Amino acid sequence: MFEAILLTVITASTPLVIAALGELVTERSGVLNLGLEGMMIMGAVAAFATAQLTGSAYLGILGGILGGGIFSLLFGVLTLTLVANQVATGLALTILGLGLSGQLGESFVGMPGIRLQPIVIPLLSDIPFFGRVLFSQDLIFYMSVALVFGISWFLFKSRTGLKMRAIGDNHGSAHALGINVVRTRYLAVLFGGACAGLAGAQLSLVYTPQWVENMTAGRGWIALALVVFASWRPLRVLAGGYLFGAVGIGQLHAQLLAQSGGIAIPSQLLSALPYVATIVVLIIISHNRRTTLINTPASLGKPFVPDR
Amino acid sequence: MTSSEGVEASPLLSVRGLTKLFGSFAACNAIDLDIGHGEIHALLGENGAGKSTLVKMLFGVLQPTAGTVSLEGKPVVIPSPGEARRLGVGMVFQHFSLFEALTVAENIALSLDPKTPLAKIAEETATVSKAYGLPLDPSAHVADLSVGERQRIEIVRALLQNPKLIILDEPTSVLTPQEAERLFETLMRLKAEGRSVLYISHRLEEVQRICDRATVLRHGKVTGDCDPRQETPASLARMMVGTEVAEVQRADAGAFGDVLVEVADVSVAPRTPFAVSLKGISLKVRAGEVLAIAGVAGNGQSELFDALSGEYPIAQDDGIRLRGKPVGRMKINQRRLLGAGYVPEERHGHAAVSALSLSDNLLLARSRSDKRAFLAGGPLSILRRDAILSASRRICSIMDVRKSGDDPAAGSLSGGNLQKFIVGRELDRQPAVLVVNQPTWGVDAGAASRIRQALVDLAKAGSAVIVISQDLDEIFEIATTIAVISDGRLSDPYPAGELSLEQIGLLMGGIHEAHSGAEAAHAH
Repeated sequence: MFEAILLTVITASTPLVIAALGELVTERSGVLNLGLEGMMIMGAVAAFATAQLTGSAYLGILGGILGGGIFSLLFGVLTLTLVANQVATGLALTILGLGLSGQLGESFVGMPGIRLQPIVIPLLSDIPFFGRVLFSQDLIFYMSVALVFGISWFLFKSRTGLKMRAIGDNHGSAHALGINVVRTRYLAVLFGGACAGLAGAQLSLVYTPQWVENMTAGRGWIALALVVFASWRPLRVLAGGYLFGAVGIGQLHAQLLAQSGGIAIPSQLLSALPYVATIVVLIIISHNRRTTLINTPASLGKPFVPDR
Repeated sequence: MTSSEGVEASPLLSVRGLTKLFGSFAACNAIDLDIGHGEIHALLGENGAGKSTLVKMLFGVLQPTAGTVSLEGKPVVIPSPGEARRLGVGMVFQHFSLFEALTVAENIALSLDPKTPLAKIAEETATVSKAYGLPLDPSAHVADLSVGERQRIEIVRALLQNPKLIILDEPTSVLTPQEAERLFETLMRLKAEGRSVLYISHRLEEVQRICDRATVLRHGKVTGDCDPRQETPASLARMMVGTEVAEVQRADAGAFGDVLVEVADVSVAPRTPFAVSLKGISLKVRAGEVLAIAGVAGNGQSELFDALSGEYPIAQDDGIRLRGKPVGRMKINQRRLLGAGYVPEERHGHAAVSALSLSDNLLLARSRSDKRAFLAGGPLSILRRDAILSASRRICSIMDVRKSGDDPAAGSLSGGNLQKFIVGRELDRQPAVLVVNQPTWGVDAGAASRIRQALVDLAKAGSAVIVISQDLDEIFEIATTIAVISDGRLSDPYPAGELSLEQIGLLMGGIHEAHSGAEAAHAH
């Protein structure tokens, strides 16, 4: 029972963690990509299609990363090169992504999917209680854990990460220091898009290995909220991602309970919980000027045009 | 001093014919400048004279339109700040280019060789900051530091790159006098090491104290190249301000009327950790009088303005009296209704909303005080567009506001023209009392003279005018009475004719004498 619950929570949380980590890097560089939902669904359809056409779930992962990445490149061109409004562009790309993926995936509807097989790590998977759950998972789960620690190291220990945080805090000053703001932001946006694509691939290759229109079902928005909930820190994304994932599972069970005539917890209440939690975190952060200054990328969402 | 420079084979920095055009406007026009080794060179000029543009070109932030720069005799092109640093030029900006979310060491690391590990940078920061008397904690977040400490980061950052030339852009405008003293000691140390300093300022007393040579800019052109110690403040000021500016006809000091504004022993605790507390402020301004309050920025000017205007009402209601009525607890609109007008320091975002049209900005400031003229329909408050527009046009024509179109957005006007409009907006009501903070900050000389004349004319017509200004030339041009604010304390008022620039400088710098004098005066 415990293993089964843990397994479903992990499966539900992994896409949230990965998508939020990518968005975290994007936002740390000062770009607000509200198109996350669109990038995710493009990744999901690209992954499913690639897996179907090649017969390989691993190539499917690659397809998902490329799908999300290419779609985010469009966002980059619009907001960084053409300096379009980031909020409007992000929203537009979410709508575009949902529509486009439905169109592209039309022929795949109802097809049996190719499931990404778990990789069992010897010895570690023999650890009682959690060994089998944690160490006989699919590649995308291992990648999500590696990403948490990799991004944490990159942002806070590496010089490039420092530059990225500097750009997110004050792009004018970063430009004055000779840091290439636009190039760095392109890379951050591409990375964010690739992560969103990977998260989408998890949905169509692991979570429910098939293609269903709108299958991201608002997970991109939860991931966006998660970034704020985690106050732009990778380890907190991991913790928050699992919390939100567990809430999502709890919501499913609440529906089943209600249907079978048990205790009726309104599922709408549970689905609102991640957003309520995010608002609470925002209030706590904003309460103190210092925590706001130190945690929030100050140039988030502001367009950058060098004066020359 | 000048002869010792001749000994050097070539000056450290040599600039010839440097020009920067923004559209058709020449921010810098054929500038020549030489800085010797181990020399502290002043760059003097009013706001908007082109000082910042010139140094931005020297530091690679802006690219010159024409002209050459040579370092130690070799012509160089400076495409970026990174290249400037490699060539040995360091810069401390007026508005710091610091990252508040990062630590001191991280901020410094960003401008250094990317191979140096962060731990080593933290160590060097501590060492260098101690060696130059600029104590800093490398692991502190910038968000937690004071303005003076932030400037230290910038200086230490510049020093860690072992520069030959350090450019300081108005460094003391944000410093307390004590912090400024410390900075001067550091500069002397740099000079002793053979490094050169380009020191931008419009504070004559500082320049005369620490600088070996001075280049004076006006309207983007060099108007003087001299040894500041051989000059008088008046001669330096003439080079900065020029002579063709229309002379302001000053109000007659003799014929003052009733006291219109009275402030009695007002003390205000600081609202934010960065604010200055006001300590026992007292002043009286009579009809026909122009009281100018001089002082170095950040000595309580904005706090005093907030108290006088009622943007932040004070606790004692009778601490401030307008035409005899206690108004201390009243807000700004109530005070306006009593016949007062206020012009704050910040044009954009405080005095005016940049995105709104001039007429909308007029309405925003005067919707309460001129309710009858601008609003119709009683509680419905329907805008009377025609009346607002014609008032806006009247102000523009009286104050000679040059604009594109009939009613353009406030943000589309140049600083000087917008300032003329903002001042005119208050003058249009013929206020009995006008309080203005930094009326000509960053305004071109023509607009500045227009604004000053308008202030003087208002006083002549029988109003009381309080001008808070850092510009001593301005103060001497228009004030009938002068007081100096320093660390939240206001000096005794002096008739303008009895004070010299030097004496004001003393009052601004020598807080202690001025303060003890004021206290002695209070005792009696």
